[in-house]
Amino acid sequence: MMASSSWAASAGPFPARHASKDVIVAAYSWSRRPERRMNAVLTQDADTDLRRSIWMAAAQAGDGAAYRALLRDCIPVIKSAARRRGVAADHVDDVVQDVLLTIHRARQTYDPRRSFTAWLYVIADRRAIDLIRRIRRQDLREVHAPLAFEDHADQTADPAQGLVYADATSTVTRVMASLPARQREAVQHLVLEERSLADTAVLTKRTAGSLKVNLHRALKALRERIERWD
Amino acid sequence: MNTSAKPDSANERLISDLASDLAPVQRLRPPIVRAFTWLAVVAAIAIALAVIANVSALGHRLSAAADMWLSVTGSTLTAILAAIAAFQLSLPDARRIWALLPAPAGLLWIVASGAGCLRTWFLPGTHVADLSEARDCLIFIVGLAVPLSGLLIVMLRRAYPLQPELTALVAGLASAAAAATLLNFFHPFDAAATDLAVHVFAVALVIGTNWGLSGRLLATNFLRDNVTRGVARSN
Repeated sequence: MMASSSWAASAGPFPARHASKDVIVAAYSWSRRPERRMNAVLTQDADTDLRRSIWMAAAQAGDGAAYRALLRDCIPVIKSAARRRGVAADHVDDVVQDVLLTIHRARQTYDPRRSFTAWLYVIADRRAIDLIRRIRRQDLREVHAPLAFEDHADQTADPAQGLVYADATSTVTRVMASLPARQREAVQHLVLEERSLADTAVLTKRTAGSLKVNLHRALKALRERIERWD
Repeated sequence: MNTSAKPDSANERLISDLASDLAPVQRLRPPIVRAFTWLAVVAAIAIALAVIANVSALGHRLSAAADMWLSVTGSTLTAILAAIAAFQLSLPDARRIWALLPAPAGLLWIVASGAGCLRTWFLPGTHVADLSEARDCLIFIVGLAVPLSGLLIVMLRRAYPLQPELTALVAGLASAAAAATLLNFFHPFDAAATDLAVHVFAVALVIGTNWGLSGRLLATNFLRDNVTRGVARSN
């Protein structure tokens, strides 16, 4: 459910310490904790952190627009935390998605009086470690042996399967060709290419109702003709 | 607002799913407040037990032996500090070092209980628990720790621990220490070696069970995550 973008109004109580730009940087610059030191760099602009805190407080109150903006804003921070932990480039998006889900599940635990970026950074760092461990465990269980995989005979394989499939495909293609153009168009876009009704309506310049009727008629005709063919 | 993300990316789809799934949430109260809510339940049980138990005899026993005072203080402090640590650890951004908070009190509890053993050698007249009494201790500690652990785990699940096993381990310690503290109301004898061994076994059993079972209960969040991600990716 999308609430109106009234995050500024529904943001709730905010700390006086966010008011100054220097405060957040000063609060963490002395810290021995790596994530806090990192955070001191990330929150050089305390306004960014304040904005995220306000968005999160609004999200806690149910404001979907503020939440969407916040999650988008989190992605660069998460990617930076993941790379810093040594997550491979092709797994960075996995960490991003893990962290976005964690934020969603744990949003009631965030206290807006504290720095949002610091909170996010610790979660991202922990999720990155989790992913690295998961990959390491998977690597221990699985062996990369492409030749052995290619040489392994598939016991369930049916040599005639390819022919059956080709035969069925050619039957469908022939029956499809015999359909009226509008019906063929509906099947092509909605079924074979899996487009949404709205996208297809824009693409073919037809109404959604007309597409539905054509699809219904096309499927009925296809069923009858394929049965006859068999 | 930042709209730089690619509209077709899996991340963007996930964000849309999460934003459309958004419901207002009530912010959790600070961990210390939540810990004291649980400790208030323990205190209520203690008051109920004090009504049944012979409190004057307990006072007499405690005033007669300094190490028993220390032992009770140690187990009480362990329960309080472990509860605070468990609620801290249940937050996703908690530091692991919170798990060490109950360590000094735990040490005091172990040392003072161990010292109680020695007295049975110095004072031959001290009553030593027999097997049936030791079994009663075991049943009391485990029987009381189970509901206390259950309540604690239910409360901890409202947060989102990213270290579920460690959180459950500390929660087990809090429940076991609370149960062992309350046992003192019905413990008319000193902690002799056999009795102490039973206490250690009971406490270890509670902590181990919590670690094994409750860790999984707290970790179900991760499973749910994977399911949700599967849904988000298939959209």
